[in-house]
Amino acid sequence: MSKAGMSEANMNGQIFKDSAADRSFRPKWFTGRLFVYGLLILWAFICLFPIYWTLTTSFKMAPDVMKGNLIPWLDFTPKWLGWKSLGLSPDTIGADSTVRDEFMKRFTNSAITSVTSSVLAVMLGSLAAYGLSRFNYKFLWMGNSDISFFFLSQLILPPVVLALPMLVLYKELALLDTRIGLILLYTLSVLPIVIWIMRDQFSSIPTELEEAALVDGLSIWGAFITIILPIALPGMVAAFILSLVLTWNEYFFAALLTSTHANTLPVMVASQTGSQGISWWSMAALSWAAILPLIVIGVVLERYIIKGMAAGAIK
Amino acid sequence: MALVALVQLLQVQGLHDFGLTSWRPTLYAYIFWAICLSWGQVLLHGEHGKRTLFVLPAALFVISLTVFPLLFGLVIAFSDWNLSSPDGRHFNGLTNVRQMWADPFYWNALLNMVWYVLAILVEYAIAFGLALALNAEIRARKFFRVAFLLPLMLSPVAVSWMIGKSMLEARFGPVARLARFLGWETPSFFGTPGVAKATIMLMDAWTFIPFMMIMILAGLQAIPKELNEAAKVDGANGWRAFWEVTFPMMLPVSITAILIRIIFKLKLADIVIAVTSGGPGGATDTVTSFIFREYRDRSNVGYGTLLAMFYLVLIIIVMTILMKLADRFARPRT
Repeated sequence: MSKAGMSEANMNGQIFKDSAADRSFRPKWFTGRLFVYGLLILWAFICLFPIYWTLTTSFKMAPDVMKGNLIPWLDFTPKWLGWKSLGLSPDTIGADSTVRDEFMKRFTNSAITSVTSSVLAVMLGSLAAYGLSRFNYKFLWMGNSDISFFFLSQLILPPVVLALPMLVLYKELALLDTRIGLILLYTLSVLPIVIWIMRDQFSSIPTELEEAALVDGLSIWGAFITIILPIALPGMVAAFILSLVLTWNEYFFAALLTSTHANTLPVMVASQTGSQGISWWSMAALSWAAILPLIVIGVVLERYIIKGMAAGAIK
Repeated sequence: MALVALVQLLQVQGLHDFGLTSWRPTLYAYIFWAICLSWGQVLLHGEHGKRTLFVLPAALFVISLTVFPLLFGLVIAFSDWNLSSPDGRHFNGLTNVRQMWADPFYWNALLNMVWYVLAILVEYAIAFGLALALNAEIRARKFFRVAFLLPLMLSPVAVSWMIGKSMLEARFGPVARLARFLGWETPSFFGTPGVAKATIMLMDAWTFIPFMMIMILAGLQAIPKELNEAAKVDGANGWRAFWEVTFPMMLPVSITAILIRIIFKLKLADIVIAVTSGGPGGATDTVTSFIFREYRDRSNVGYGTLLAMFYLVLIIIVMTILMKLADRFARPRT
């Protein structure tokens, strides 16, 4: 913003203001600006409208939905109908509600599986990424780059390939419909992303730091934990948040491998979507409750998410 | 130390012995073997072994969760195994392969994937435009960044209700209203095959454009400002400066973004399962959603696994070719 101000000042301070090039330049600059802002605002509208629409729909009643009212208080009066059916409206929050219990159970399941698997993935992934960025490994014919490729190539593996064998294996191991089973698979699915981000992060830290620490008598692990980890923390946070979002939203494995105990929130949303009788306002309330944590994370931690995703772009 | 090696050997042996009948002992054996291996590394190689410990846990974890199931998958891919019937698994050779060959819906799903992947080019163009706009000197950049990022954060299943089932709903959805206002009298977004496919593409694009946009934005910000200024001084206008300076500079980042996007696209399933479940007539089916229904409706594990395995082989071939091509494209310019 300050830069924009500066360039404006430069332009005003120009001596040859009256040359033909300058006169045509001003309107052109202005239309360019207009175009850029128009594009940005249009796209922001496209991004935000579904969220807004869902939020308002959760406060609507049948006639409001049918008339297509859009703005609360102006063309319809908000009612707690949708949230009441979830047991989350002000007058039902104290009372018992089976739907709310169900919702909270799913919510806890989602929270536990996504947080645990993200923590696990960040731990395993950081260790591996650190090792790969610092030491030279040799395993049979595989060197460092082959091992890295082995990890990253997991990204290509579509979940559907693992899903059915896993289903059978889990049945055998009594891991079907448990949180542990989901956590293991989720950890696996975000591990390549974590390794990618963290390898980038570690290779940006100069090796002299550990060398100094080793001279001071620390072991490799000591140097890693006391010196390197604190520096790499931002990258770890970025990897963690990204994993959290991905695992929170995961639907495919959860739909296949869970049924009644370890069901996550997306499975609940999807099963409600399929049923015919469900009303728009309750569905909207449910959807909105499911995406609310992510909206909060997105608004508050946007910086880390972008950092994490950008890590892969520039090598 | 010799003991550790012996134990390792025994466990590996044991693994072969009762491999396919029961998995529980194998799991325990594997965990035990993994611990022994890690400990053995430290004992045998000392300081060098400690280095191995960085990579070993992740490697063992990945091997246990991908290589094992993949091998197991190969076995069940050639068997007839209906989970709901009591007679269990039995080997049936190439019957599954023949069935796959003659399965029009599977090939249809594969063909759909080609269309879905081609849609990435449009996504890329939009993402590039948005990244350029975000990279310009604008106010409220933080607001726009957050707004543009949000679609990526939302769970695809919730999005498929929010957009697919409510906003695109033919009677009351706001988009349908807009379409009527614009002159399409009977808007139905999932009625005809072509429209349904385009709608799914658009919904998927809505979710994933932010992803490409951020990667491209990161690339744009890494381009030194002087380059563009130099081009301006040389007399190039904005359009030419873009095609001759910015775009070539962005090629490596673009290729990375597109490749990763293709990888994600090949996994597309959630919104298809939740919105159309493949319909109408398989027009929106992806391979993943097709196999998902194959399992859910017929619980045929063997056939489903074969389809998935074949898909994996195709993906590996296609990705290898693409990466080779990308290498050749990106190299001369960087």
